[in-house]
Amino acid sequence: MKKNVTITIDGKEIPAKLGQTIMQAADDAGIYIPRLCSHKDLSPIGSCRLCTVLVDGRPQASCVKPVMDGMVIENDTPELLEHRRNIIDMMFVEGNHFCMFCEKSGNCELQAMAYRFGITAPQYPYQFPEKAVDASHPDILLDHNRCIMCARCVRASQELDGKNVFQSIGRGFERKIGVNGEKDLGDTDMSVDDKAADICPVGCIIKKRVGFKVPIGEREYDTRRIGSFVEANAES
Amino acid sequence: MSKMESVVTEICDRYGNDRARLMDIVSDVQRKLGHVPREAFELIAQGANTHHVEVESVISFYAFLSEEKKGAIVIRLCNDIIDRFHDGEAVAEALKRELGIGIGETTPDGKFTLEETPSIGMSDQSPAMMVNHEIVTNLTPEQIPGMIAKLRKTGKPQSLVGDLGDGQNAGKLIHSMVQNNIREAGPVLLSGYKRGKGIRKALTETPEEVIENMKASGLRGRGGAGFLAGLKWQLTRQSPGKEKYVLCNADEGEPGTFKDRVLLTERAELMVEGMTIAAYAIGAETGILYLRAEYAYLRRHLEEVLNQFREQHLLGKRILGHSNFHFDIRIQMGAGAYVCGEETSLISSCEGTRGDPTDRTPFPVAKGYMVSPTAVNNVETYCCAARILDQGAGWFASIGTEKSTGTKLLSVCGDCALPGIYEVPFGIPLREVLKRAGAENVAAVQVGGPSGQMVGPAEFEQTISYEELSTGGSMMVFSNERDLLEVVQAFMQFFVDESCGYCVPCRVGNVLLKSRIEQIRRGDGSPADLVYLQNLGTSVKRMSRCGLGQTSPNPVLSTLKHFRPVYNSLVRDNKTGLQKSFHIMQAVEDASRIAGRRSEVFHE
Repeated sequence: MKKNVTITIDGKEIPAKLGQTIMQAADDAGIYIPRLCSHKDLSPIGSCRLCTVLVDGRPQASCVKPVMDGMVIENDTPELLEHRRNIIDMMFVEGNHFCMFCEKSGNCELQAMAYRFGITAPQYPYQFPEKAVDASHPDILLDHNRCIMCARCVRASQELDGKNVFQSIGRGFERKIGVNGEKDLGDTDMSVDDKAADICPVGCIIKKRVGFKVPIGEREYDTRRIGSFVEANAES
Repeated sequence: MSKMESVVTEICDRYGNDRARLMDIVSDVQRKLGHVPREAFELIAQGANTHHVEVESVISFYAFLSEEKKGAIVIRLCNDIIDRFHDGEAVAEALKRELGIGIGETTPDGKFTLEETPSIGMSDQSPAMMVNHEIVTNLTPEQIPGMIAKLRKTGKPQSLVGDLGDGQNAGKLIHSMVQNNIREAGPVLLSGYKRGKGIRKALTETPEEVIENMKASGLRGRGGAGFLAGLKWQLTRQSPGKEKYVLCNADEGEPGTFKDRVLLTERAELMVEGMTIAAYAIGAETGILYLRAEYAYLRRHLEEVLNQFREQHLLGKRILGHSNFHFDIRIQMGAGAYVCGEETSLISSCEGTRGDPTDRTPFPVAKGYMVSPTAVNNVETYCCAARILDQGAGWFASIGTEKSTGTKLLSVCGDCALPGIYEVPFGIPLREVLKRAGAENVAAVQVGGPSGQMVGPAEFEQTISYEELSTGGSMMVFSNERDLLEVVQAFMQFFVDESCGYCVPCRVGNVLLKSRIEQIRRGDGSPADLVYLQNLGTSVKRMSRCGLGQTSPNPVLSTLKHFRPVYNSLVRDNKTGLQKSFHIMQAVEDASRIAGRRSEVFHE
């Protein structure tokens, strides 16, 4: 049995267990901390930085930071909300995101996050980078235009599928997701049944021939805002 | 078996088919084949027990590794702002003209590749370039035709080395034209060293006593962060783990820093001794010296120092007859990545992966190299440690200030008469350093390199210390004839080039900061852009994952603070309400071209 401790988030004391991350403890308490690279079935990597909170005044990614007894955490502050908004804007302008004709619209966590933050248009100039579309796989489309480099697919393939289909290649602004094959996804052992095919928060990994099966208007975030599954914990 | 197959197999076998040695494997393959061809990825993956994409991941990360075939001679011209202010651009033009190629290109005959690279640690003798591993300094555009002719004739980079440098630079093993430029030798690092005294003294004490000594000396990390070295060693010693490691950070990549270059040249023994003392104190048997690729010209010299230490039983099994003390050091070459100076990136790189930083809970003192307790210190820190054991903690603490004990090696460069190395006691005012370096009409000093801060005359009375002006050693002097925003733009370009791209704020934010500085320099800036820079820079600083992103906006933020009038003179109120960065003619250009006619509404 893990030892019980108490942490404080935005002035509210909540119980936590040693070994938990701040995000896990907050989730249990019904406090939502925004996130994109984090996924409950995957080990956390702290790359999107959206979940940054202040721990005793210092910025820390809550998805990777373990709790300690007596930690004082700030989450919902004007300063952090502005920084998070800025990061969401950065993700929009570094890629080529066209929500209006993206198959992921309504199920897209980036789009949903923008709505949660009340963003209608990014404040930064679009970078319009040239990105590749890889349609070589019979069942899966890889559209790098919409990738946010969360590396969920990298981890899902390794941790859930026991494969190694994806990895980050390049560096800086040129960084992208590479595939474990001579050239493209069709050269890998990726299967449409892999967990990695279902884990993408945006419209980068798309399954072929099932597009728009669920109509626009009836999708995950069409009816409820992102984070509400966590916030529901607060009421119980 | 093809040539490529036999080369790869032989190299992978040499490193025990160890995935953790992937950096060495791909570097050796590149040395043998001139590049790491894509067809070799699968062979390397099999030979090193890893995956095709992991091999690509490593090669695509490091600037000195390449999938593309390069020329037999690769010329890498340093493009730091200091080099550019010393006619570096004219040198670049001369190189392009003589070779008939642009930056990043290879001559059709496959003989030359021309590239640019950030700081190669020669800012005191700039402009400088690397020709393969050879360093060529104090370049002038007039020399270039002769140099290229010589290279064409001999095919040997060594043929460019004229007069040899001073000290060990002139020795057989370094044999380089690099000058030490030691302007001021202080009591700790650059004078008074006798081989073996520090380690002999340490072995008369218990490891715990050595650590207490270190703590009493007040020695703080010389890389810039300033963590107490003794406390770091103590935490490493106390962390549970069968194996422990001592890592030395010789990845001196901060533009304007070249003090470790001089220590590695003239005080390598002191550094090795310091690492050995650390090993004794924390209980480590393995040490790694992480040497930046730009300093490959020092490698043979360093290997020789290690060999001498082994012969004299100062390294190896049963050091100085001490039955339980075994320690040895291997050199890990870097491959061109500034971020690897960040300690967790350095560890990733030593483990043979791309140099992405990792999360700092757990810290390396608990889980570092190979998930084991690891002490990572700077070259200068280890040198200080050996002297502390030799001369005593009290002696060391009597130099400097209360919170910044000992001396600091400064590498001064830029607009001054005497660029070079100054070993000064902490607490010396910046103004005094500038005076000694013969710097006049100084408008600004970049203290601590691009990741540090730019200060003006109002700050010159402040002291070099962890309390006031903290620096890993880099001091770049800019006279009042320089365009400070050109400096800022160059520094932001540096961070754009060197960001690993792992986290969003650093990957994207630096690109946005740089382009807004460009816009302001073009005269398209308004006062609102200064607010934009402040807010964006703060987000990058606060939200980035590692030290690189947390300091990369400093060129912008520190000049906004200290040199506001420079910005104010460039921005203008925008009464039109139109975005100045937006040019309608450019925006409709593509559409006009596709339509095959000019726009009826928007045209010149």
